[in-house]
Amino acid sequence: MRLAALLLVLVAALFAASLLSGPLPVSAWQALAALAGDDGTPLSVVMREIRLPRALLAVMIGASLGLSGAAMQGYLRNPLAEPGLIGVSGAAALGAVLALQTGLAAAFALALPLSALGMAVLAVLLILMLAGPRGASITLILAGIAISALAGALTSLVLNLSPNPFAAADIVFWMMGSLADRSFTHIWLALPFMLVGWALLAGLGRSLDALTLGEDAAQAMGVRLPRLRLALILGTAASVGAATAVAGAIGFVGLVVPHLLRPFVGGRPSALLWASALGGAAMVLAADIAVREVFPTRDLKLGVLMALVGAPLFLHLIYKTRKELP
Amino acid sequence: MTLLSLSDLTVFRNDCPIVDGVTVRVLPGECVGLIGPNGAGKTTLLRAALGLLEARGYSSLAALPASERARAVAWMPQAREIAWPVSVEAVIALGRIPHLPRGARLRDADRAAVDAAIAHMELEPMRHRTATHLSGGEQARVLIARALAQETPLLLADEPIAGLDPAHQIATMQVFAGLARAGRSVIVSLHDLAQAARHCTRLLMLDRGQLVADGPPAQVLTADNVARVFGVTAFYRDTPQGVVFQPMELTK
Repeated sequence: MRLAALLLVLVAALFAASLLSGPLPVSAWQALAALAGDDGTPLSVVMREIRLPRALLAVMIGASLGLSGAAMQGYLRNPLAEPGLIGVSGAAALGAVLALQTGLAAAFALALPLSALGMAVLAVLLILMLAGPRGASITLILAGIAISALAGALTSLVLNLSPNPFAAADIVFWMMGSLADRSFTHIWLALPFMLVGWALLAGLGRSLDALTLGEDAAQAMGVRLPRLRLALILGTAASVGAATAVAGAIGFVGLVVPHLLRPFVGGRPSALLWASALGGAAMVLAADIAVREVFPTRDLKLGVLMALVGAPLFLHLIYKTRKELP
Repeated sequence: MTLLSLSDLTVFRNDCPIVDGVTVRVLPGECVGLIGPNGAGKTTLLRAALGLLEARGYSSLAALPASERARAVAWMPQAREIAWPVSVEAVIALGRIPHLPRGARLRDADRAAVDAAIAHMELEPMRHRTATHLSGGEQARVLIARALAQETPLLLADEPIAGLDPAHQIATMQVFAGLARAGRSVIVSLHDLAQAARHCTRLLMLDRGQLVADGPPAQVLTADNVARVFGVTAFYRDTPQGVVFQPMELTK
């Protein structure tokens, strides 16, 4: 409970800091007043239509990545699992790249996220076909790797054949992941999918706890594995697919956050679910503040910074696991 | 009251029967040893009886809905898996999952069951330690306590004493025999025929998927059965210190 309070305070503080982070030289008080009431000033527009959706998206995306990462690790009983494993983020990125390349993204605003979501749905259907209700967890991993590889190859193909270097640059920058210039339209597009995903994943706690003892023991304790697997795939796909569709690929959150918080919840997968959702929100908020504050003049991409921080943490994880092995 | 009833239970793998027409009834108060050479189908039989494998024929446990079955039987798979660094107490509390209403936390009755299981296995001193840091023998005791906390009339255990030292082996078998004396029943598969002969009230002998002998140890572990099924000769004596059984030579 103390951890929950601590994480909530951290998320709230970072949320406020994110609202106040930016190039406009105004006091915190002025900014919050402009946020509270629409007084028609440019500051009010900035706060309500640029900074607020940006901070909200950071919370939503961080929570989605943290929650699905914790669920995925719990299901596979492997601290190296992450939500991108089932290939949904790769497929969503391919959808976005296709929208950019064909010019659809320029034609109307929601073409890019919609195309990304469509590809994510396609990837889910494919993975359900391959690792359906009777598949084992290893089938799920292998199918996810295959789908990721295919999506990656098709993305490269699009870049490869791109006749226009500017379009190619656009694609590359989009794939780095960012929360800049997002609006409430993006929030309303992603939120329904994320809510469904969060509801599906949040209900898995007890089954994931039982899985601590292995699939056989969990099944004998009344856990229905096919239903668990279906809820996990659909929940991860809905929340992470929507996150990738609006913000591009942001890695490492789903991998690192559950790993960092596991010791604080006594290792219990059920407690790790909500803790990782809050922790993921805090991490993405912090990173999104950092990209604005560290290089205010350069457009540093969120995904780039996350990988810069995440990869060393990941190395640390491998180092520790290596020491614990016989 | 029958705790487990199998009739003509058969499991096929690629047209080859792994378990072949097994019919068994287990009543309260029995400590049943399931014996047979490697590949005889012991694990497959237990998993099919639980409904974890597709099988032909009838199993009273497999016929139950999953949530009801979890209150009728506890299952200890052979792999002693504890995936995360959770406390001993948390592992044992997992046994209460089948009894908890949706979304509820542990109630007083659940805590009492966990405490009773901890007391039964004498785990009080390591209650708050991390289960994954314990030795193999200690982890085995924690997992037995987990199964006891499930408070089911029947316990199925797949090779629970494999890989344990003699003291842990004897202690484990004594726990199972004690449960049977208290009116619960245990079915335990094992390779150690000496332990089976000493602690079980009844033995089931499997050979290539078929149940070839069923009865008290003295009637099942006959020289003829042991030679035919295991391909060894054996020494068997009922002594004042209990039954002594020792496999001796290969029959060639």
